[in-house]
Amino acid sequence: MSAAAVLFYVFAAMTVVAALGMVLNVRNTVASAMSLVVAMIALAGIYVILEAHLVAVIQILVYAGAIVVLFLFVVMLLNLRSDAFAVPRSRLVKLLGMVVTGWILWVFVRLLPGSLPAVKALPEGFGGFRDVGRELFTSFVLPFEVTSFLLLAAIVGAVVLAKRRID
Amino acid sequence: MPEIGVIIKVLFMVLVVMAALLPVITWVERKQSALMQDRIGANRADIAGITVIGLLHPLADVLKLLSKEDVVPAGANRVMHLIAPVLALVPAIIILAAIPFGGVYDFGSGPVSLVAADLDWGMLYILAAGSIATYGTVLAGWSSNSNWGLLGSLRGSAQMISYEVTMGLSIVGIFMVFNTLKLQEMAQAQDATFHLLGFLETFGWISHLPSWLSWLQVPMWGVVLQPLGFVMFLTCIMAENKRPPFDVPEGESEIVAGYHMEYSGMRFGLFYTAEFLEVPVIGTIVTTLFLGGWAIPFLSTQDIIGGLIPVFGVGAATGLCLILQVLTFFLKVIFMIWLQMQIRWTLPRFRYDQVMDLCWKIMLPLSLANIFVTGLAILLIQEAGR
Amino acid sequence: MPVPLEHVIGLSAVLFAIGTIGALTRRNLVVIMMSIELMLNAVNLALLGFSRAWADPTGQIFVLMVITVAAAEVAVGLGILISLFRNRDSVNVEDVSLLKW
Repeated sequence: MSAAAVLFYVFAAMTVVAALGMVLNVRNTVASAMSLVVAMIALAGIYVILEAHLVAVIQILVYAGAIVVLFLFVVMLLNLRSDAFAVPRSRLVKLLGMVVTGWILWVFVRLLPGSLPAVKALPEGFGGFRDVGRELFTSFVLPFEVTSFLLLAAIVGAVVLAKRRID
Repeated sequence: MPEIGVIIKVLFMVLVVMAALLPVITWVERKQSALMQDRIGANRADIAGITVIGLLHPLADVLKLLSKEDVVPAGANRVMHLIAPVLALVPAIIILAAIPFGGVYDFGSGPVSLVAADLDWGMLYILAAGSIATYGTVLAGWSSNSNWGLLGSLRGSAQMISYEVTMGLSIVGIFMVFNTLKLQEMAQAQDATFHLLGFLETFGWISHLPSWLSWLQVPMWGVVLQPLGFVMFLTCIMAENKRPPFDVPEGESEIVAGYHMEYSGMRFGLFYTAEFLEVPVIGTIVTTLFLGGWAIPFLSTQDIIGGLIPVFGVGAATGLCLILQVLTFFLKVIFMIWLQMQIRWTLPRFRYDQVMDLCWKIMLPLSLANIFVTGLAILLIQEAGR
Repeated sequence: MPVPLEHVIGLSAVLFAIGTIGALTRRNLVVIMMSIELMLNAVNLALLGFSRAWADPTGQIFVLMVITVAAAEVAVGLGILISLFRNRDSVNVEDVSLLKW
């Protein structure tokens, strides 16, 4: 087991525990948000192991450093309380849910191994900012420009939605 | 094992910056402000009656903070109250791992690069660590269960995430000019000089520069190539770290102490350390990007080693060059610390809406214009050189 | 590849399932939005796993687009949440069930 594999499993465990902590935490919304931050940082670690260095740094910069801060902002501004887990209507629904989940998992575990094509070798500099940047600005320049419009629409939308009534 | 080098470099950086520079900085803050305000400053802390012009005050501060009672306000969220100072301090420390405090030297067994983590995307790592520091502010105010704390925390986090954007944009010009994100390569690129009027020859407006102008060499530092970027980045990184004059979130005279009001004892000590640690860390980042890093102006590494080899021999010449360049780096950091203290004690605190206006209405368009002009200049120079 | 591709995809599936459970069972709108973010992250992980396995940078470009779209969605979603809160003083999703049959 190489060091990278050990680190992958450590980060994977951290991510799953943090994700469960986020979803199952009923007392405190801010604690849910902080669990999400831990999950995202652990995922960034996994991205580095998967040779996606630029994406890992952008994950921390954008996701963990700005998006979740936005969530925390809103929670603090609106002073939101938390809620209880919604209980399913009847015991039959709970049982049915568990049966369906178990069946899907079983199908997954049976079908997945051996169904994927073979792994290829990596070129030098894969996942670094030069490689990704070159692809982004040559083959994928149209999606890149379109996302700038998307972000403009999001900014205008967020400002309009959060503004008080214009009297 | 190869990791021993990394451990030594990390220990060196942490010991020099945290153990040596940090206590001196609190003393410098007090004495520099006192000099600027025509008073004596704190000089009464003593050991057995011997005051050392106030150098014992940092020690007195630490002892005072360690011995104070650790108060957690009633109704506060204890876990968040505990981890907020840690989240404020740790990003400031881990930034030091990516800073090159010396060049690349060859002592016979392969090149040794004096940076703990020679990341290909080093500057992005620093920006990412800075964005994690936001959580210290966010959680500190919220978890204190107090009005002033929450107000300071909201203001502080809004300011921090706004200035992160312009901080990143203002150094895109530097990335374009040096064509790298790796901090060691940036410092190495600044280890050269160029002729200030060389662009006249490049664009073909003069066929050959007259020889009486050939002394006009300037070190290829970031501040010469990107003066606007330097000013903007310095402003943005001071605002990001809530250094005065951008310290509205702490607002010492308005909202008591803002987001770290409900912290006492060593928990406040961690915030205090984080704030004062950010001064040399800002110094190291600005030095590496704009002031030439470890490079001595007008004396490139080749010149120094070449000049010293006849006197000392190869190994000792490289070692002497190493010592000189590390000393230069820390001298520049000390200059940056002095500069930040000057700015702090000269300007009054900005109003919050002035801070936000500065970011979104002035810094953002200016940094985008800077990127555009830099790109244009690089394109023209490359075309002319062909 | 340090770990088999199946393990990466398995982790992605587990995270996606946790995100779905959160989005379906919680009643706090903020937590529902955070669960959606977790689902997007799970998809990013799957994309990066495949990108690494088949040495194709397209996966990483796709992930950058997904992160951008997630940022835009969070901004607008929180804007909606704030105006909802101003009108009804609650972010409980069961309080916005006027159109429910």
